[in-house]
Amino acid sequence: MELDLEKHLAEAAASIEDAADLDALSEVDTALLGKKSAVTAAKRGLGDLEPDQRREMGGRLNEARATIEGLVASRRTELEATARVVRLEAERMDLTEADRGRRLGHRHVVTQTWDRLEDLFVGMGYTVAEGPEIEDEWHNFGALNFPLGHPARDMYDTLYVDYGEPQSTLLRTHTSPVQIRVMEAGEPPFYSIMPGRVFRSDTADATHMPVFHQLEALVVDRDITFGDLAGTLEAFTTAYFGEGFTTRLRPSYFPFTEPSAEFDVQRPDGSWLELGGCGMVHPEVLRAGGLDPEEWSGFAFGFGLDRLALMRHGIDDLRELFRNDHRFLSQF
Amino acid sequence: MKVLLSWLQEFAPVDGDPADIGDQLSALGLAVESMSVVGEGLDGIVVARVLEVGPHPDADRIQLVQVDVGDGEALQICCGAFNMSVGDLVPLATLGTVMPDGMEIARRKMRGEWSNGMLCSPTEIAMGDDHDGILLLDGSLEVGRPLAEAMGLASDVLFDLEVNPNRPDAMSVAGVARDLAACQGMPFTLPSPNVAESGIDAAERLSVEILDPVLCGRFVARVLDGITIGSSPAWMANRLTSLGMRPINSVVDVSNYVMLELGQPSHTYDLDMVAGSTFRVRRALPGESLVTLDGVERTLTEADGVVADVDDTAIGIAGVMGGASTEIHDGTSSVALEMAWWDPMSIATSARRLGLRSEASARFEKGADPEVADLAMRRFAELLGEAGASLAPGAVDVRGDTPVRESIRVRTDRVNRILGTDLSRDRIAELLGSIEFANHVVDGDLDVVVPSFRPDSATEIDVIEEVARIHGYGTIERTTPRSTITGSLTQRQLDRRTVRTAMIGMGLDEVMPIPFLAPGDLARAGLKVDGITVTNPLVAEESVMRASLRPGLLATLAYNASHRMSGLGIFEVGHVYRQPDQPQLLPDEREYLAVALAGRDATDAVGVWSALADALAARDYTLVADDPAGLHPTRTARIDVAGVVVGHVGEVDPGVLAAFDVPERVAWLEVDLETLLGLPHGEKPYGSVSRYPSSDIDLAFEVDDDVPAAEVEQRLRGAAGDLLVDLSLFDVFRGAPVGEGRRSLAFTLRFQADDRTLTDSEVSQVREACVDAVEGNLPANLRA
Repeated sequence: MELDLEKHLAEAAASIEDAADLDALSEVDTALLGKKSAVTAAKRGLGDLEPDQRREMGGRLNEARATIEGLVASRRTELEATARVVRLEAERMDLTEADRGRRLGHRHVVTQTWDRLEDLFVGMGYTVAEGPEIEDEWHNFGALNFPLGHPARDMYDTLYVDYGEPQSTLLRTHTSPVQIRVMEAGEPPFYSIMPGRVFRSDTADATHMPVFHQLEALVVDRDITFGDLAGTLEAFTTAYFGEGFTTRLRPSYFPFTEPSAEFDVQRPDGSWLELGGCGMVHPEVLRAGGLDPEEWSGFAFGFGLDRLALMRHGIDDLRELFRNDHRFLSQF
Repeated sequence: MKVLLSWLQEFAPVDGDPADIGDQLSALGLAVESMSVVGEGLDGIVVARVLEVGPHPDADRIQLVQVDVGDGEALQICCGAFNMSVGDLVPLATLGTVMPDGMEIARRKMRGEWSNGMLCSPTEIAMGDDHDGILLLDGSLEVGRPLAEAMGLASDVLFDLEVNPNRPDAMSVAGVARDLAACQGMPFTLPSPNVAESGIDAAERLSVEILDPVLCGRFVARVLDGITIGSSPAWMANRLTSLGMRPINSVVDVSNYVMLELGQPSHTYDLDMVAGSTFRVRRALPGESLVTLDGVERTLTEADGVVADVDDTAIGIAGVMGGASTEIHDGTSSVALEMAWWDPMSIATSARRLGLRSEASARFEKGADPEVADLAMRRFAELLGEAGASLAPGAVDVRGDTPVRESIRVRTDRVNRILGTDLSRDRIAELLGSIEFANHVVDGDLDVVVPSFRPDSATEIDVIEEVARIHGYGTIERTTPRSTITGSLTQRQLDRRTVRTAMIGMGLDEVMPIPFLAPGDLARAGLKVDGITVTNPLVAEESVMRASLRPGLLATLAYNASHRMSGLGIFEVGHVYRQPDQPQLLPDEREYLAVALAGRDATDAVGVWSALADALAARDYTLVADDPAGLHPTRTARIDVAGVVVGHVGEVDPGVLAAFDVPERVAWLEVDLETLLGLPHGEKPYGSVSRYPSSDIDLAFEVDDDVPAAEVEQRLRGAAGDLLVDLSLFDVFRGAPVGEGRRSLAFTLRFQADDRTLTDSEVSQVREACVDAVEGNLPANLRA
């Protein structure tokens, strides 16, 4: 049987070209080059030929095979490209349909402020201390140099709880009792902040809540001075509010610090914001914390944390922080 | 405390731009709350007399007032205030007047009636804080005259100062002037009243006994004769008005004037009405009563002090209010003038108990100057002398206990070590001297005697504060100490952040309800605990401290649902407060996490828990069906970690939801963080990852409904042994062909060894063991 290679190649090229998809191409490939193909059969018949003829025919068959393989491969490339286009088109998506506003939850704006302040002070070398919200009278007042009946106790509208002896237990009016707890629990030097929830018998309005948050700082080390207090407040103010914000201290009165001061922050536009209270830790407070005021000195400062949150976001009513309206909470 | 610049200048030649003076006062610790120029901007405002007051025919809130501006003609004004009556003198802003706020007064119709000017309230013309009514002027002013001229008003600067409770001295004009003079380096001088004395010596006309020397540190009494009660001169009335006190009559006004000027309150008695002309100072007897000046009968306790007469009948409440029986009146011929120093604590208690806190009691409470009475007496007589009163010679001056003023050693080195300054001993002496802190040198240091008007200053640190204050806080060089420790958060604080991060990662919003509850809220939430109650709550709704976060979160969901916000997922991290099991100093206060998922079921709550457990690497937890009070009895499990109960997960009881008006199903998780974070959690030891292939098998069992999936899982784990690297429940199916009361639980198990590829027979052996363990121990069979 004589294979007309010319004709076969022409037919093969046509059938390869006719293969409409990759599956059809595979079938054509098998038919043209597989075990049952004409080329394979012809190759098998080479043994019957004379050596010269065999060599010549063998060479032509190999060439034909290579040609067919080339045609199949190029057709495969073509068909693969088409298939990719078809598939991609079939998979086309409108991603704006997919955007259903999936969201993370939101930390409360007070927590965000709290964490930001913690991070800032940790960076300045401070630890973070905590204490109970229901406090005993000693830690909230007595140890802080407010003797019983001291008129300065009136500065705080204290809420007491029915626990133990009458007026022995209260909702802490400030975070300052944690100063005493820090001194009781460890050995100086102390560089600590004490963020926390505090309570006053205040009717809720745009600037007052019976519950709010403060952040207090306590530093006790050797030779800590009032100049250190002023410098630390300035450093904190620049770090938290930014360049262009400065501070001033004005004499004030707190039983647990002396000298005492109010500290104000000046905005770049020149306006002032009264931020908090501060001072050198009173010798009686150091003593109450078990320290010798001749050996150790320190400063403390504190301010309202909620107010910083309000300021940062331009919120004009403190009550919003505690109303828990989803439309409010989800903004931060 | 309000002060006028002109009044300060009577004590010291202080001067400067008002804004600079304000800054100086603030830097002295006398914070300026407001500053205003008074007596200016009154051009066009005249004194008018009210002739007639009648209703506006067309408006309820306006009345028609006819006034005379000196020409006898009636001029109609429409006025929105109703406090004046016919005959009153009032300020009228005439047509064309430009008010301090820039508004120009023009003739205009108000609801059809002409108004030919405007009657002014005190605030409108910067003469007080009252803006509810028209300023009623002293009846003696000349009608028609310009107001400023008629009242003798001069331009002045009014400072409103916030005085700290440790500065009773600054509750007087003189005290403020002393500080300001020190700041400006100006000399300060107290007035030296020049009073002629006449008549019989006071000592022969009255006597004083202090029976309780703690209550009364000093009682000075003098006698004034020839008093006529009239009205005060305009200058005095103006100053009192500016400082916020209403002029009453010449005697009361002088008393107030001296108090404002020198800080010493006083009281006057009609001497003839004081039985035995005797003043006995003692504690009140329980149940003793008297009628005070305001006509009210008051029952006293031992907390109050009284001044009694010779019959021991109380004629006044010490430092708080005088009695009606000895009140001076037009016919009074001789007045006994009392200036006393009262124990601050006693007055504070008494004034508060009686609800009679006044300018006078405020000064006694904070600690008045026990030594100013002599000067204040003469000043009183001098001022009243203008009205014809004369001062009798002599004073009855009896002393009890006043604070002892000992000399205080102030170490120069200590001053500088506390302040971070480098002040010399002599500079410190100079600073202290400028505010009358007497001192003398002891080697390198000072011995300081604090003046009697500074009861707050008693120790070295108090004096150091004065040095800093007068030196100027702003002039102290700022230094920043380098922390000598390492800044860090504790593991607990880091864990708390992890908890919050996990919650927000699951799309939950953090809420912060206030921790006060109303009585019954805890019961409404199905909780059988009593919250700790507030002794003195503002309102009953805020009288119980929360023993659980549940009422707050449910109320939050209800609030939002009522504003059309449903399906919320919220969480809170906060303290709860409970009665402790064992007696202890403070209540059992612990931090909790609570999660509420509105519109979702227990499956989601379990998902939140397992994610949290993963975030905290809390190992070995089990969920055990449980029905704690207030949670859904058939959809709640207890969470045990390492055998310790740490919380509950499931849903809120539908009855509780109804009680809180929450319209949706609520999936719930509550975790006692105090307990959970105290158990082992966090970093696990590293387990190497096998390099050999793993084999998976799926096993589906038909299991009775009352057998928890966790129990099947436990059996599988037990049987699978060490080769098991992963196990998960991937499908739960109920319904045909699974039998009634049963469900199909399908698990995938992955096996892998560290040191070899598992053979098929090894895997099938383990598979068989797993199947046997479940089928052999539980009402379960492998599904074909």
